Amino acid sequence: MTQPTAPTATAPSSGTGAVARRASSFLATRPRLRLGLLLSAPLTWLVLVYVVALAALLVTALWSVDAFTGEIDRGLTLDNLREVATESLYRTVTLRTLGVAALVTVIDVAIALPIAFYMAKVASPRARRLLVVAVLTPLWASYLVKAFAWRSLLSEGGLVDWVLNPFGAHSPGYGLTAVVMTQAYIWLPYVILPIFAGMERVPDSLLEAAGDLGASAGTTVRTVVMPLLLPAVVAGSIFSFSLTLGDYISVNIVGGANQMLGNLVYTNVGAANNLPLAAAIALVPIVIMLGYLAAVRRTGALDNL
Amino acid sequence: MIPTTRRGRVGALAAAVTCSLALAACGGGGDDDAATGAPTKLGKNEGQVSILAWPGYVEDGSNDPDADWVTDFEKETGCKVTSKVYGTSDEAFNLAKSGDYDVVAASGDLTLRMVAAKAAAEVNTDLVPNYAKVFDFLKDQEWNTVDGKNYGVPHGYGANLLMYNSDVVKDEPTSWDVVFDKGSQYKGKVTAYDSPIYIADAAMYLMAKQPELKIENPYALDEKQLAAAVKLLKEQRANVGEYWSDYLKEASAFKTGDSVVGTTWQVIANTIDQDNVKTTVPEEGVTGWNDTWMIAAKAKHPNCAYAWLNHIEDPKTNAQATEYFGESPNSEEACEYASEGFCETYHAGDEAYSDKIWYWRTPIAKCLDGRTDVECTDYSDWTKAWTEIKG
Repeated sequence: MTQPTAPTATAPSSGTGAVARRASSFLATRPRLRLGLLLSAPLTWLVLVYVVALAALLVTALWSVDAFTGEIDRGLTLDNLREVATESLYRTVTLRTLGVAALVTVIDVAIALPIAFYMAKVASPRARRLLVVAVLTPLWASYLVKAFAWRSLLSEGGLVDWVLNPFGAHSPGYGLTAVVMTQAYIWLPYVILPIFAGMERVPDSLLEAAGDLGASAGTTVRTVVMPLLLPAVVAGSIFSFSLTLGDYISVNIVGGANQMLGNLVYTNVGAANNLPLAAAIALVPIVIMLGYLAAVRRTGALDNL
Repeated sequence: MIPTTRRGRVGALAAAVTCSLALAACGGGGDDDAATGAPTKLGKNEGQVSILAWPGYVEDGSNDPDADWVTDFEKETGCKVTSKVYGTSDEAFNLAKSGDYDVVAASGDLTLRMVAAKAAAEVNTDLVPNYAKVFDFLKDQEWNTVDGKNYGVPHGYGANLLMYNSDVVKDEPTSWDVVFDKGSQYKGKVTAYDSPIYIADAAMYLMAKQPELKIENPYALDEKQLAAAVKLLKEQRANVGEYWSDYLKEASAFKTGDSVVGTTWQVIANTIDQDNVKTTVPEEGVTGWNDTWMIAAKAKHPNCAYAWLNHIEDPKTNAQATEYFGESPNSEEACEYASEGFCETYHAGDEAYSDKIWYWRTPIAKCLDGRTDVECTDYSDWTKAWTEIKG
């Protein structure tokens, strides 16, 4: 990198201009300091919002609560972490949450792949624009409205019941099935968009070349499209997986009597007034997500976010 | 629901000034415990008051045009009311401790926790003229008075009833067994209150069904008795469609038929307002609440808080509020303002009936039924048990 030379203009003897000029000539010769100043503001923000918040969570998990008065005792203890690690309740709920998150992700990817393929490779430019709008529109509606819409859809005598009854079937009612359906619906746009973007980057020429060389459609998809698309699929799955992992609202609305990790955090903050235990439980999805991100880092998916 | 508004800095400053001028101890806002006595006289109203209450306790006509006892109060006193509703006592406890509320309507499972956490201020009942009219058997009770000091004024009392959909539950249930031992016939459509305090309902049922457990008081359970209640509730869990703490959620579930039987408040049945949704008092008895209006220790508007306490204790207001919620009013005079038959239905002033309701209490290690040979399970044990029951 070439160093810009310090300005040689004669400085006025006084005024802010002189200070600014002196500062800029000082900085001009020190690129590292320049970089440091430039990054300090966003870095401070990042450290405060993410690192400090995470550290606070970890420290809070080490505190305890006086059962009757609800006052927090700031003495450090590992009891909460031990409880979360050993009690079967937390294992059951963690597994349930993981199962729901995995199922939602699989369903979303299965729906998103053909839609994204159609949008990127088949649809005319005009239809593509319309489809992108159609995918984005549901994001404008409130999460709560969508969850409550599913509540009324799935209720006794609701739309789902009405459609299924002639075939002798019933609405699944409120429960884990309803949670999976609702979550898969709500997070679908977040999965379609990265896969669509990834699909657009797959050159048409490669597909044509595969066809010219005699590959069937299935072989083309398996050997050409999927390897190129994998990072985008993983990127989409990060969204649906992590968002489902932390959700507690739709479980409350359509989940019947079931609890997920988010509900345990919520009841411990809200009802049980046990912030330290809530913090300890909140570490579970964080650890899971860190593991997931570490695993997918190699695929290059993080460059697709 | 009515959102709470953010108080301006000017308002807070004005309140602080008024507070220090008018009151010696400012409703217990000081840091020193010894100095937190009740005020002896009131100052000028601060212009606003924020209230934390059960749904249906602070109505300004926005939910139901006929239910409005806030507008008059605002006109008379100049205290603008902001209110927030809560679904469980645990939720209220957290909100109350935030210090954002001046007045809290608390049930018996919350009041003592408020006092123990120093979140409630001692109340000088002389500054609440309407207190004199309140039934004597509601005054100076263990849930509103500690060491001879009053920590609030009574609001009303009522029972957690059994609600059922008569299209599905054909015969009027006479026992809570429809949600416990016989709950499987309504599998997936049973509902229950989503709070650890619901364990008391199971314990009360066991009092009648399993006398060998020797439960004397559903809020005083030793480990063995708690384990029996937990077992019963875990069996019930298999039949529960959903738990409720948001009263609107239960109302919607009963309207659509997703829930057909379970515990409720009269106000929920009133909200649903359908002929096939009925309530009843089963033979094992009922748990219930006996509510107290408390003033927060950190109240920023203590004068308006006292004004509200006096307003809500006024027989006419009390009649309106308790009739709207579906609970017994707190004074004989209130019955004159209530609809005909209301006080008879809710057994207002009937001390013998009131004695039969197991009012919500906070379970503590020192057994509430007077046993000294065992240690009872406390509320944190109940909370833990409740998370396990839900699984």
